[in-house]
Amino acid sequence: MTTTADLHRLTGAYALHALSGDELVAFERHMAGCEPCAQEAAELSATAARLGLAVTVPPPDAMRARVLHRVSSVRQETPDGLTAVRTARAAVRARLLSRWTLAACLAAAATLGGTTVWQHQRAEDALRQARSAQSGTEAIAAVLASPDARTRTAALGGGATGTVVVSREQDKAVFLVSGMARPAAGKVYQLWFDDRGTMRSAGLMDSGRTEQAVLLRGAVDGASGMGVTVEPAGGSREPTSPPVAVLGFPA
Amino acid sequence: MKEAVHIGGRPSPEPDLDELVGRVALGDEDAFASVYDAVAGSVLAVARAVLRDPAQSEEVAQEVLVEVWRTAPRYRPERGTAVNWILTLAHRRAVDRVRSVEAAAARDHRAALLARTPEFDEVSEQVEARLEREQVRRCLRTLTEIQRQAVTLAYYRGLTYSQVAEALTLPLGTAKTRLRDGLIRLRDCLGVTA
Repeated sequence: MTTTADLHRLTGAYALHALSGDELVAFERHMAGCEPCAQEAAELSATAARLGLAVTVPPPDAMRARVLHRVSSVRQETPDGLTAVRTARAAVRARLLSRWTLAACLAAAATLGGTTVWQHQRAEDALRQARSAQSGTEAIAAVLASPDARTRTAALGGGATGTVVVSREQDKAVFLVSGMARPAAGKVYQLWFDDRGTMRSAGLMDSGRTEQAVLLRGAVDGASGMGVTVEPAGGSREPTSPPVAVLGFPA
Repeated sequence: MKEAVHIGGRPSPEPDLDELVGRVALGDEDAFASVYDAVAGSVLAVARAVLRDPAQSEEVAQEVLVEVWRTAPRYRPERGTAVNWILTLAHRRAVDRVRSVEAAAARDHRAALLARTPEFDEVSEQVEARLEREQVRRCLRTLTEIQRQAVTLAYYRGLTYSQVAEALTLPLGTAKTRLRDGLIRLRDCLGVTA
C-alpha cells in the first residue's frame, strides 16, 4: 500500500518518467494538492531535461526535410487544446497577420488585463479593442508590431512573469508583466533604463494592476536593459532601493 | 517580486528558443526550422538512448518534433523553458514507445535489463564536446555510484523505478529514494530552477 509519505518520495521517479500505471495516476492526483511536491517535480523535470540536452547525435539530413515537409500540412492546436480549423489560405493570412495580431492581443492585455499573447485567435476582438484604445496603448501596439521587435521573457520572483519588447528602430521598449504583487501602501514600482550601470527613470507602473503593459518613458538610446524598483509614491530621481527585477534587453 | 532576476546572463544553449517557440505558435514555419536545428540532435539522442534501434528512434524523434509544431500554441513559458518542454516530451515519447515494445515482447526480466546498463559515455558517443555535456558529466560524478546508476538507467534507458530496483538489486523503496536524492543532487550541482 502506498502512503502519502511514499508519494512525496516519487518526485524523482516522476521526473524521470519511471512511474507506471496506477502510481503515476496516484502521484499526479497527490501533486495536484501538494504545492511543494509540484515544485520539486518541476525542478527535477528540468534537471532531467538537462540530461537530454547533454547528449546529441547528428540527425540525418533526410529527417530534417521530412519533418519540415510534414509540418507544412499539419494543423496546429489552439491554446485550449483543440485543433484549429484552418485552410491553407487562412494559414498564409495568419502568418502575415501574426505580428500585428500579437501586438493587438498585447494591446488588449494592456487595457483589459489578463489577456495573453497566446490568444492570437481572438485577433478580431483584440483588434477592435486595440483600435478603440487610448493613445498610450497605440504606442505600445506600435512597438509590439514593429518588424524589428525583439522580446525576452523571464520568470520574476513571487510567481510574476515579465516580458520586455524592444524595437531598436523606434528606440522604444514595452514592459509586460503578469502576476505582479501590488506594492505596499504609499509605494510604487518605478521603471529604469540601464545605461551600462547608470539607472535612468523610465516612468512608473500602475500600482492598481497585477497585469499590465507599460511603454517605457523616453528613448532606449543604447540602454542595455531595464530594471524595476520599489519607490515612494510619485517616484524618485534615482533608485533608492535594490531592483526587484532586472531584465537585459534582447540583442 | 522579492529577488533581482538577471535574465540577460542566464546560461542557455539557444538564447532565443523561447521566443522562437512563441513564433512557432503563430504558425511561423521559418521559426520552426530554427527550433528544429537547435534541438533535433538532442531529441534524436534521447530517443536513441532509450530505444537503441536507429530506425525506431528516428521515427519517435520525428513524431516529437511534429508534436512540438502541433502543440506549440499550448506551450506556456511560465511553466518552464522551451528546451525543457521539448526534451521532456522527447523522453516521455521514447519511454512510451519502449514500454509498449517491451510489453509486447515481455522481455523486462533482469538479464535483459542488465544487458542495457548504460554508461553516460556510451550514450554520448558521437557527442560533440560542449559545455553542457561537460557540466552534466561533472555533476553526475558528484552522485554516489548507486544514485548515478539509478538515474542514468531511468533516464537514458527508460526504465521504471521497479525495473531499476531489479537491475540494481535494490528494494523498491530504495530505488525510489535514490532516483529522488540523485536528481536533487544533480539539480543542486547544475543550479537548476523551475
